[in-house]
Amino acid sequence: MLRFTIRRLLQVIPTLFAVALLIFVIFSVVPGSFASSLMADGRTAADPEMMARLNEQFGLDKPLYVRFADYITGLARFDLGTSFRTREPVLDVINARIWASLELAIAAMVFAIVVGVPLGFIAALRPGSLLDSVTMIGAVSGLSLPQFWLGLLLMYFFALVLGWLPSFGYGGGSWRYLILPAITLGVTPLALLARTTRAGVLEIANEDFIRTARSKGMSEARVVRWHLVRNVMVLVVTTIGLQFGSMMGQAVVIEKLFSWPGIGSLLVDSVSIRDTPVVQGTILVIVVWFLLINTFVDIIYAAIDPRIKQT
Amino acid sequence: MKRFNLNLWLGGALVALVVVGAVFAPLLTSLDPVFDANLMYAEEPPDAQFWFGTDEQGRDVYTRVLYGARISLTVGIVSQIINSVIGLSLGISAAYWGGWWDDLVNGLTNTMLAIPSLIFALAIMAILGPGLPSLLIALGLTNWSWTCRIARSSTLSLKGLGYVQAARTLGYGDIRIMATQLLPNMIGPILVISTLGIGAAVLAEAALSFLGLGIRPPFPSWGSMLTGARELIVIAPWAAVFPGLAIFVTVLGFNLLGDGLRDLLDPHMRSRTA
Amino acid sequence: MTETPLLDLRNLHVGIPGQGASVDIVKDVGFTILPGEAFGLVGESGSGKSLTALSLIRLLKKPLAVSSGEILFKGDDLRGLSDKAMRRLRGDRIAMIFQEPMTALNPLKTVGRQIAEMFVLHRGMGWGEAQKLAIDALASVHVPAPEERVRAYPFQMSGGMRQRVMIAIALACDPDLLIADEPTTALDVTVQDEVLKLIAELCSARGTAVLLISHDLGVIANMCQRVGVMYQGRLVEERDTYDLFANPRHPYTRGLLGALPRLGSRHGAAGRQRLVDIDALIADKESLSQEFCFEPRNPVRDPRLRAGGGA
Repeated sequence: MLRFTIRRLLQVIPTLFAVALLIFVIFSVVPGSFASSLMADGRTAADPEMMARLNEQFGLDKPLYVRFADYITGLARFDLGTSFRTREPVLDVINARIWASLELAIAAMVFAIVVGVPLGFIAALRPGSLLDSVTMIGAVSGLSLPQFWLGLLLMYFFALVLGWLPSFGYGGGSWRYLILPAITLGVTPLALLARTTRAGVLEIANEDFIRTARSKGMSEARVVRWHLVRNVMVLVVTTIGLQFGSMMGQAVVIEKLFSWPGIGSLLVDSVSIRDTPVVQGTILVIVVWFLLINTFVDIIYAAIDPRIKQT
Repeated sequence: MKRFNLNLWLGGALVALVVVGAVFAPLLTSLDPVFDANLMYAEEPPDAQFWFGTDEQGRDVYTRVLYGARISLTVGIVSQIINSVIGLSLGISAAYWGGWWDDLVNGLTNTMLAIPSLIFALAIMAILGPGLPSLLIALGLTNWSWTCRIARSSTLSLKGLGYVQAARTLGYGDIRIMATQLLPNMIGPILVISTLGIGAAVLAEAALSFLGLGIRPPFPSWGSMLTGARELIVIAPWAAVFPGLAIFVTVLGFNLLGDGLRDLLDPHMRSRTA
Repeated sequence: MTETPLLDLRNLHVGIPGQGASVDIVKDVGFTILPGEAFGLVGESGSGKSLTALSLIRLLKKPLAVSSGEILFKGDDLRGLSDKAMRRLRGDRIAMIFQEPMTALNPLKTVGRQIAEMFVLHRGMGWGEAQKLAIDALASVHVPAPEERVRAYPFQMSGGMRQRVMIAIALACDPDLLIADEPTTALDVTVQDEVLKLIAELCSARGTAVLLISHDLGVIANMCQRVGVMYQGRLVEERDTYDLFANPRHPYTRGLLGALPRLGSRHGAAGRQRLVDIDALIADKESLSQEFCFEPRNPVRDPRLRAGGGA
């Protein structure tokens, strides 16, 4: 098990390198550099000499491969560069806001799992029932909703009309501020988990070993507890891992909507002002988290399904 | 045992509704979505004259929703076409030729899959700047990975089959084989993924426009309409309802249609494409 | 018959409720099995033999159901039992093993655990004690190194080994009747013999009766004292094995026997035996509704065998 864990963790590194390369290449192609966007503000005239000086200051005049080499060596030292805007190390900028994002992501995922998976189970164990139909309609709707729209509506009802919850902001970490953003963010993974769980249960329920379990004289409840749950969890766990990725993408929008001080809103703000190092650094950090979570998911998967360790 | 395919019909109906709204917009409203702005009528609730109310610039929301359908559908369909072209060419060729090309494509696909798609699209929009063409390119470059995977695994299982070998012995060139022998066999799953992908693209466009990085005002993108609505939420909550509802109905239509197509073509696809 | 039969099946009809008796899949099947006896049920795919077996222990999948008949087990009609009582009987007094050992075991649980379940379910033991008994059970089916094998997973075992595990599970509680549905069909030819010998040995040692189902007459002949022949849902012959082989009465049985290649026989003009090929048509609904269903394929159109068939 330990060997498997280490192997999987090591596999993260080449992917991370490839991502860093891809992101770097994409951003090097930027026709307008930060310097020119400062100019474009209209505050300063586009003075070529000044632009050249700014570019030199930010190291943007060196050839591409040199810049990339510098970047990679920097990464190895956990140095993500310096923000164009605030001159702070990017890592510090991110560090200040990363906990808020993690809090939100975990809260949303917990919500999605705790509600979605049991819902999927119950729907599958009574196929064709009213509950099943309602759950499935709800699920496909949940997948079709623009999450930020849902957030807006929830914000309107629960914060502005009913006044039960605060409408935006972090509130210094108070849990009441977490509720609306977490639910908004969690709805889509919830919908997908409910669907996947239901499909998984229906698929497993047709397997031969379920018939064997019944032939042993087990009650249906026992068959579900002893043989169905674990086998379905294997399918569900993979979905959870993948969902984290798209959830992190959506979190960018939700954080902006609720003025949540996480790295998602940081990303959006930095893109708007073309603070490239922060943008690159944030994307990289998000990808690292996604990869780590997927590795964690794979490890859990291997713990449940003994066949995986062989591969 | 043919069950009535509700997904297919309902999804198809919703999509048709949106298409009609988009295509016949000039017939369904006499106003212009961008220029018919009268500040005297700003932030009016829905009434007989303005069915969906007006926004902060005094523009008719109903009109803007109708014309917004054009934007959403264009973005959705065009970006999906780009996705499919990229995904199919990379996937089929990777499996067919194998070797270092396959490794490269696989590596690229895995790298893409490690980056959440909205974030990647965001990054590209950051470089290209806002606007419709940039959006088409950004979304076109973002969501090809699943198509590529499916195309690759299909090709792997098909390329050893008799008729492919036969085509080779007949002297068919590689490209011809890929296009005429292998590609037609994947139409089913690819169609399903593409349909679902249109829904995803519409959602992505809405999100990016909402953030101000996609289609900018005054163009009637549903997403950017919601940005404005957010400011007005307290005094004009209806402005938030209709554009969002339009997005919901459109994406729901494509999702149902995609599910319906999946059930129609091969119910067993669920495990591979869900 | 002086002994009370262990199993007395009378007039069993299995079909889909609401579709009428004429299209029942199992029609008017009845036979008896004495305690400790090995009874074979032979027939081709689609003849209804598996369904007959499943209906004995109430494992039929919806929408199939027993529409009429009596299933007398040790004198009690099983059809009258509550679900709970039936579950107590299943696995404990009547056990079943199935055709595909590859898929009949839960891939995520150890073999030992799946055997131990029987003891926990029916003997009220704790898991620790049950696991120890599982080792003994593995030993009884001649699995080498049972103390280690108990912790193995199904994917680590060969097909023959897995079937042995299935037998261990089935015989764990010393049932009165073992139903074996094509236990060797999915196995290699070399292993088939071993498994059959194992079943014969264990069951005669414990006095367990066996209902052996197969499409292979050779398998049946080796082990069973009496045989029933099923054809298109009906039992067309029920006789002593030797008798059946020596004097087959029903044309189908004759066809079956005629289809067996036999070494060293000298029939026919060319000095070689001609294999009789029974036109393999699965009858559609129209011919099913005829009283005697063998007609279209009967090479010997014997009018005496109309109206119900049977010896």
